Amino acid sequence: MSKERPEFATTRVKRGLAEMLRGGVIMDVVNAEQAKIAEDAGAVAVMALERVPADIRRDGGVARMSDPALIVEIQEAVTIPVMAKARIGHFAEAQILEHLQVDYIDESEVLTPADYAHHIDKWAFEIPFVCGATNLGEALRRISEGAALIRSKGEAGTGDVSEAVTHLRSIAGDIRKITQADDSEVYGWAKELRAPIDLVLEIRQSGKLPVPLFCAGGLATPADASLVMQLGAEAVFVGSGIFKSNDPAKRARAIVEATTHFRDASIVAKVSKNLGPAMVGIEMDKVDLHLAERGW
Amino acid sequence: MYIGVLALQGDFLEHAEMLERIGVRAKLVTSPRDLDSIEGLILPGGESTTISKLLDSSHLGEFIKARQDLPIFGTCAGLILLARSITDGRADQMSFGYLDIEVRRNGFGRQIRSFESDLDILGLSPTPMKAVFIRAPVIEKVGAEVTVMASVLYNFEGRDARVPVVVRQGRYLGSAFHPELTSDTRLHEYFLQSVVRSR
Repeated sequence: MSKERPEFATTRVKRGLAEMLRGGVIMDVVNAEQAKIAEDAGAVAVMALERVPADIRRDGGVARMSDPALIVEIQEAVTIPVMAKARIGHFAEAQILEHLQVDYIDESEVLTPADYAHHIDKWAFEIPFVCGATNLGEALRRISEGAALIRSKGEAGTGDVSEAVTHLRSIAGDIRKITQADDSEVYGWAKELRAPIDLVLEIRQSGKLPVPLFCAGGLATPADASLVMQLGAEAVFVGSGIFKSNDPAKRARAIVEATTHFRDASIVAKVSKNLGPAMVGIEMDKVDLHLAERGW
Repeated sequence: MYIGVLALQGDFLEHAEMLERIGVRAKLVTSPRDLDSIEGLILPGGESTTISKLLDSSHLGEFIKARQDLPIFGTCAGLILLARSITDGRADQMSFGYLDIEVRRNGFGRQIRSFESDLDILGLSPTPMKAVFIRAPVIEKVGAEVTVMASVLYNFEGRDARVPVVVRQGRYLGSAFHPELTSDTRLHEYFLQSVVRSR
């Protein structure tokens, strides 16, 4: 006979939702109207926030968790999962988001950090967390703290995909190298990455992260989505790229199609036609505020 | 023999791995021509509203409908796509309607109410199966032609109720949970042996 007692918030359940989002697009939205446009376009989830990264960059000031009323409004507007951001180390913001029953909490470098030494102890929560990473060591430290999903960071709010590419290549490249490491080299890797040895051993065995790897930061076009998917991302986050463009609904649909059919250039070409101007963006060498460097 | 796995969005790779483990070749289906060589189809977990749109834009929806003899196994979002009626979905959401059931999307609640449970499943060997439910649909009604193969006891906002979670109607099989997220291949083997090959 089965024991039939439901177990909630297990590691498998937390990582499970990330598995379901694979091949999809998670879109930043700042209000219910945008959330509906995102859902209409085929987003697998929305990220509720007060200002998209491009505006955070432009306006400056301290960026914090969104107003809970806004998050609830967005939850009521759509049927797809709703994520929301907490500041790095700000476990009280995360507690509020858990109370609101968001589906995922993003401990995000896009907001101003609350703690310059510690990240949130994510095991203490029932809601799963996604965290950003610029390299494999950072990814493994976040996983050891309980993150159930990793996104490569990129440089949010720029519309420049180059940092996303750098971070994705760094993570995927080191994973490939670790699969070739011998018994003594794995300890060197753990030391170099400042990551737990058991996670390094797990990667050597499986050839992948223990949690899904998505890509975020600077994506603005269907071709950008295709590029990072071909580099090993399992899904994409698009922030400013959609609602800072001329025709958000059309661009959102196009990025959804390109993420699904990322290997089929004929489809990516078709959906890229007549999208109107993409977000203007800023080139990386003109960026003063480097969000991706936040996180330790 | 190939079994297709709809690979528009969701955890289709886990299904493909499951099939390979039980000695079946998996074909990832992203366009209508991929349907030609397959003898069964799996609709994976994922976001059902997204998959619905992609079925439409890729024309796969109409081509799958044209293959009326095709056995289909749907998990979670895949179950929703097989249901005759969907509550709490989007008005424009498509479904094949092959299973005479009514489902409520996210009927167990948001992610914080996602869970795992050990289930006994009719037609499988007696060891309970670990069932992982992620924002899963609830089957609220089943038609007379539908066999309920497993159910789960769950507390819905203070009220205990037992609801069906594995159903079969002829060549269509559906589960509200994700067997592909565990290493237990028995439901996939059942689909192969008792649904696809028994025809």
